[in-house]
Amino acid sequence: MTAPAVPDTHPPVKRSWYKENEIAVTPWLFLLPGILFFALYVIIPIFQSFWISFHQWDGLGEKTWVGLGNYERLLGGDRKFEVSFWNNLKWLVLYLLAIPMGLFISLFLNQTVRGIRLYKSLFFFPFVISQVVVGLVFSWFYLPGDQGLLNNVVGVFGLGPYNILGSPDSATYGIIAAGLWPQTAYCMILYLTGLNAVDPEQVEAARLDGAKGHKMLWYVIIPQLKPATFIAFVVTIIGALRSFDFIAVMTNGGPFGSTRVLSFYMFEESLSEFGFRMGYGAAIAVVLFFIMLGFITYFLWSMYQDEKGAR
Amino acid sequence: MHSMMKASVAALALGVASTSAFADGHALSGDLRIVSDMSNPAPRAVMEGLVADFGEMHPDLNIELTIVDREAWKTQIRNALTADAPDVVNWYAANRMGPYVEAGLFEDVSDMYEDGSLPGLDAVKGAMTLDGKQWGVPYTFYQWGIYYREDIFNELGLEEPTTMEEEIANCQVILDSGRKCYAIGTKFLWTAGGWFDYMNMRTNGFDFHMELARGEVEWTDPRVVETFENWAQLIDMGAFIDDHQSYSWQEALKFMTDGDATAYLIGNFAVAPMRDAGLDDSQIDFYQFPTIADVPQGEDAPTDTFHIPAQASNKDNARAFLSFVASADVQTEINSGDALGQLPINADSGVDADEFLEQGFDMLSNNAQGGVAQFFDRDFPAEMASVGMEGLQEFMVFPENRDDILARLEEARQRIYQ
Repeated sequence: MTAPAVPDTHPPVKRSWYKENEIAVTPWLFLLPGILFFALYVIIPIFQSFWISFHQWDGLGEKTWVGLGNYERLLGGDRKFEVSFWNNLKWLVLYLLAIPMGLFISLFLNQTVRGIRLYKSLFFFPFVISQVVVGLVFSWFYLPGDQGLLNNVVGVFGLGPYNILGSPDSATYGIIAAGLWPQTAYCMILYLTGLNAVDPEQVEAARLDGAKGHKMLWYVIIPQLKPATFIAFVVTIIGALRSFDFIAVMTNGGPFGSTRVLSFYMFEESLSEFGFRMGYGAAIAVVLFFIMLGFITYFLWSMYQDEKGAR
Repeated sequence: MHSMMKASVAALALGVASTSAFADGHALSGDLRIVSDMSNPAPRAVMEGLVADFGEMHPDLNIELTIVDREAWKTQIRNALTADAPDVVNWYAANRMGPYVEAGLFEDVSDMYEDGSLPGLDAVKGAMTLDGKQWGVPYTFYQWGIYYREDIFNELGLEEPTTMEEEIANCQVILDSGRKCYAIGTKFLWTAGGWFDYMNMRTNGFDFHMELARGEVEWTDPRVVETFENWAQLIDMGAFIDDHQSYSWQEALKFMTDGDATAYLIGNFAVAPMRDAGLDDSQIDFYQFPTIADVPQGEDAPTDTFHIPAQASNKDNARAFLSFVASADVQTEINSGDALGQLPINADSGVDADEFLEQGFDMLSNNAQGGVAQFFDRDFPAEMASVGMEGLQEFMVFPENRDDILARLEEARQRIYQ
């Protein structure tokens, strides 16, 4: 670097620190309120949960340090935990049925006939009503004996009566079926918007090449729906982990705890009427956190891969 | 809201001052904040009436009453007691007080029991005692027992049974007539706790039941197994309605009002809905749970209570309110058939002329020599109660799982009572 030939007789005006760093600082200033509240209400409580999970605590008195005791009990053969964990898996796997079902309905509805808007909104209707209402309606539908609609219908064919929610073997599936109703509607709406974006020229070209029926669907339509499928997958996984409302309304975790999932078990241990075992509840929360973290990492990774591929 | 309350109290004070002015001698002043869980229509009216009457006696006292949902209160009380505590709260007797007594959140009111400000409460003192001290004042309790369809019993020519053999013989007749013997709804578990309480108290006696509640007996003990064997006799003969795990107690009531089931082991609170459903007193009646072994009979009679939070700011006013609520006249009034419709806790109170209240009062006064228990979920520690009731529900559906259930409960016992 060469020194200026003419000495600088006008040294630069001393600018304020903020002015000097404006470009770097301003975004953080705008982010600050968000970061602050996110930290206060999300990040810090996560670490607090970790901390509490190493204690025995009734939420009122002194905490007693038990180290990994809660985890040893939880992962070392707690039957309630095992039942809840397997139920979570059932939810995750079976809830994904909402995606093909949603796709099927959206293909069915993706046509121009008189009144199609009405049909579309009727199919979307279950997603609009509250989960609690859906759960309640289904629990009436499943009522045992000859009271529920289900038993009246299967009774016509000489089957039943079934007590879907009263039997530990079928109760979880009954609740998942109730959950699939609104979730299918959600996937349907995602695919309907996706179908609008399908390139008609590609369809035309495929048709010229002789593709039709399920080959057309599999090789031409579905690849173009990939973004919609990804979002449907994400919201369905999240929906499966948020099954709490349905369980609370339909069976309250019963019969004899056979429909619990981890989030419900956590609530029962820490916050319910007979609960207030905060340490143990926090330990369940931590385990659930890591399970969800696995999914979130996968989503973030696959989104990152997609973006890399697009570049 | 606050100022409205003040205004109405002031208006009340004006109206009353001229008539019954300061009959009490030492009128209270200052504030009194009450949080009550008496949110159902009838109890709510009672609570509001209590506050109005107390305000009339103490015109200078500024009373603020907040009524919260009864179910929600079960979890809200923890926050209420720790942050900005009110002066009086509702809760339940016996072990349910435990967590708050241990955490030092309830005021020790033993002094009230000693200095004579609570006459007539000797009989219920035990239910309020933990660690040798009293922690609150009860305001109502009710009996449990078998409520049955008198008209169906008459039709089948059955008498009220007093022993389990008679009970089973009756039940067989009922089953043969195409009905079920007992309605029950175990969806929310606790109703099964009532059956276990009685089965165990009748098989092994009240004292054994309490030892079990305190965790001093193993769940796999042969005496406990015997209780379950006695219970299984009824389950195996199909005495209980089908699919009871899917109903709440209110939903199961329909079986009794429809005449599909003839009896219901439940608390006295079920009488009002039975009457509302169209049954009159010639159709329903009550009998004490029949005896099994030769042991003094113990009864379930859950007690609801008032307490003073340890962090309350107007404890003197709160104490005055507690002794007002527990006084004989007030007890007679608030427990009458058209108010709470339950039993007064004061020995000097009158029991309303109601078929069920009279029978219940007589049973608890003269025929409960074993002792009076609160209820499964109040006598057992919370965690044991929740694990236990789940096991009891499973037993009622799958009695063949008994040994597995008991092993599980025993495992829980060893962990919980350390």
